[in-house]
Amino acid sequence: MSDMLNIGKPVQKMDSLSLATGTERFTDDFHVENPLYCAILYSPHAHAEIKKIDTSTALKVPGVVDIIHYNNVPRVLHTTAGQGYPEPSPYDTLLFDRRVRFVGDRVALVAAETVQSAHQALEKIIVDYKPLEPVFDPERAMDKDTPKLHVDDEHAMIPATYEPEKNLAAEVKISFGDMKKGFEQADFIEDHTYKVHYASHCAIEPHAVICYFDERGRLVIISTTQVPFHVRRIVGQVLGIPVGMIRVIKPRIGGGFGGKQEVFLEPLIALVAWRHRRAVRICLTRKEVFVSSRTRHAMRIRLRTGVKNDGRITALDMDGLMNAGAYGTHALTVISNVGSKTLPFFNKIENLNFCGRSVYTNLPVGGAYRGYGATQGYFAFNQQIDTIARRTDKDVLEYIKRWHIKEGETSEVFKALGEGKEGVAQAIRSCKLDECIDRGSEAIEWYKKRAKRIKVGKNMVKGVGAAVSMQGSGIPKIDMAACSMKMNEDGSFNLYVGATDIGTGSDTILAQIAGEVLRVPTQKIIVLSSDTDLTPFDTGAYASSTTYVSGKAVEKCAHDIAEQLKKVASGMLGTEQKNLFLDSEKAIDKNTKKSVTFTDIALSSMYEKDQFQIQAHASQTVDESPPPFIAQFAEIDVDLETGKLKVVKFVSAVDCGQPINPKLAEGQVEGAAVNGISYTLCEDYNFDSIGRMTNPTFWDYKIFNIRDIPEMETILVGSHEETGPFGAKSVGEIAINGPAPAIAKALYDAAGIRVYELPITSQKVWKLLQEEKPV
Amino acid sequence: MEGLFIINGSEKKLSFDSGDILLNVLRANGFTEVKSGCHEGQCGSCVILLNEELVNSCQVFAAAAVGKDIVTIKGIGDIHSPHPMQEAFVETGAVQCGFCIPGVVLAAYYLLKNNPDPDDEEICRALDGNLCRCTGYVKIHEAVKLAAKRMAENV
Ligand code: FES
Ligand code: FES
Repeated sequence: MSDMLNIGKPVQKMDSLSLATGTERFTDDFHVENPLYCAILYSPHAHAEIKKIDTSTALKVPGVVDIIHYNNVPRVLHTTAGQGYPEPSPYDTLLFDRRVRFVGDRVALVAAETVQSAHQALEKIIVDYKPLEPVFDPERAMDKDTPKLHVDDEHAMIPATYEPEKNLAAEVKISFGDMKKGFEQADFIEDHTYKVHYASHCAIEPHAVICYFDERGRLVIISTTQVPFHVRRIVGQVLGIPVGMIRVIKPRIGGGFGGKQEVFLEPLIALVAWRHRRAVRICLTRKEVFVSSRTRHAMRIRLRTGVKNDGRITALDMDGLMNAGAYGTHALTVISNVGSKTLPFFNKIENLNFCGRSVYTNLPVGGAYRGYGATQGYFAFNQQIDTIARRTDKDVLEYIKRWHIKEGETSEVFKALGEGKEGVAQAIRSCKLDECIDRGSEAIEWYKKRAKRIKVGKNMVKGVGAAVSMQGSGIPKIDMAACSMKMNEDGSFNLYVGATDIGTGSDTILAQIAGEVLRVPTQKIIVLSSDTDLTPFDTGAYASSTTYVSGKAVEKCAHDIAEQLKKVASGMLGTEQKNLFLDSEKAIDKNTKKSVTFTDIALSSMYEKDQFQIQAHASQTVDESPPPFIAQFAEIDVDLETGKLKVVKFVSAVDCGQPINPKLAEGQVEGAAVNGISYTLCEDYNFDSIGRMTNPTFWDYKIFNIRDIPEMETILVGSHEETGPFGAKSVGEIAINGPAPAIAKALYDAAGIRVYELPITSQKVWKLLQEEKPV
Repeated sequence: MEGLFIINGSEKKLSFDSGDILLNVLRANGFTEVKSGCHEGQCGSCVILLNEELVNSCQVFAAAAVGKDIVTIKGIGDIHSPHPMQEAFVETGAVQCGFCIPGVVLAAYYLLKNNPDPDDEEICRALDGNLCRCTGYVKIHEAVKLAAKRMAENV
């Protein structure tokens, strides 16, 4: 890689100085003339029927312009999941419904001349609810006598199991081999049940939307979205207006993590704008984000493994029950991913069974969240592996190295299980997991600390734990990315990408890729991204797809430009095109060393001879989804007296292929790992007996601050993925998978207690220390 | 009501209601570089300097800030001549989505003003009121150290 100009270099993120000096604009920073302000009324009941809604007094509040609710808006079933079309998530959502299904479900929206009027009017809306029996326990959701949440014409758009009459939002099953035989061959069976909990994405920027009409009467939507093109499609669908009438602009986004892959706010605000032909705006409060937006799906996972005394797994049965919450957004695809991202990991297990179900409950709605099922699955998987390795007297790291999927190998699961449908067969072309394990274990001093229970204080003991995982790079045969590019007189290039930079730095890495192909510094590439009027289509920022899918589109596009440059240069130099190569912003004849600068090429093509615009476009879909791999290590100190647990050091060693920008890649890993540690130790949704979240503020829903973080070490283990742009794979999600299992395993290492249910709070540790006989 | 504020060195006459929060008044008048992440005093994205003290502007009534000196992120440097702290954040890769960054940078700027050579613990204490969900704080910490080093060299 030494002759690389941009790739593998810590190029400065192109918007970082403008962000640090405060000139960039986020959605709520845009000014629009004379907008209507919105406030939303939410259900105080977990499950109820609205008998009557009386807005007469509220409408009299000065400044109130409109109040919309189930009685006066079109009834269009849709999903808020910002996914490709047809969406794998069921159509079970209306803008407003007669029935409310969780505390926080929307009941009405007030549009008014001022924020104050909107809020005053909210309090004057009188709603007569008929409370219905709620369903809180996912285990009971499918019981015969349990009330059902979706009983009208809700339906699935793709041929997948969807049985709302059973509260079943999704079901996925695959099976290989002979489970009975597999368990019979086993010397022992490990059978454990793991639970992962609710969480909020906590992007520091809350969801916001602004709608206005442009000079020609088209609807413009500025939104905090990860999926601008899906927003355009879904708003068109719900409002019944042509997509051509809508323009969606994604400005700077203050973090997404999956939470802004949901199109739940845009249709509402667009509807108000459309009804009144006026600008409209909303910015959610933190409480609204916690309660009414989307969450990490809570899950119960039971793992049964038949194991030989030598450690070979003869059968593995994974049974997952996911709490979809009140609506089935991502219900099918997240549960699919629980299986599809974890089960190929140990690809030599012949007898395999996976059953995953997503069920409706009257609790907050799950959705896409960084890790997307893999986080849930790997918590169970890694702990199970630890148990097996300990029981068979093996070092867990050696055990993982022995059994994990390797380069050149495949797994039947890839083909059997995709995103809500069959997957795509693929063999692993790049996997440097062993190196990740070696370098990570060295950094944490694994063999010095593992099983040593080093005392570090009166009652304090040290433990170390490790977790491994893999993710994907985009969704094969579904994701699509496109871009276009043109050249300017000075040898700079405009790059237009549909890809959605939500703070990750994708604008920068896409520019690095284009710059590398053309052999110009990244600064010469001017990026404009995600404006549905100006840029080509892209499915959006999710599924760890941007580098791998959008990046490849950019690489292809830049190659096309390169050929055009050479063609013009060959005329100018009087040499054959095939003798030319690009370097230092010149086209150079490899034989004569004669050259012509990009500036001269541009000037010639624009003004002098055979005039044309040097420009190109490209699209990219993918046939495989090469997984990045990661090994993560937690070192903890635990107080055996009080249960207080402190993560002292956390190491992530990741194989993400060729990192396009090591600094940005590290940033992704560090951010995801800290989010994961915070999730493991202190984040949780507390519910009262009526299903209401009782801690919807940063005071009570604690997330890590700078004082809470352990010593962090990130190791990028380079590999080369031949199908990726310059050898790259993804890196955005994977590092959130390891913290929970690594910390849980470190706790066992230190104190001999195993936590099967997240989060791992000091109280829980203390209780386990009292109840269990630590080993 | 109306009041005179000195914002980033220039006098501004702004109108507001008696119960209005400073953060909202600033944003409504175009100072949108002051962000709002929670409105409850917990995230630090609304941080400003008020008479040289670091405050969460969502916790201050506009009326209480009349006549006072307000510094936002735009007041310490701009895109053409950034402050060394802003440059350090760029160089270390400490800016991801950047939503928290105006607050974080101001908090770090304030720290170095009062303590030009902070140790790790002091950096953490100074920034513990600023939540960031993107970076994991690792590069933010590095940025502050780099800025301290640079600024010490340049005095
Ligand atoms: S907006 Fe002021 S502290 Fe969060
Ligand atoms: S950079 Fe996104 S919240 Fe800090």
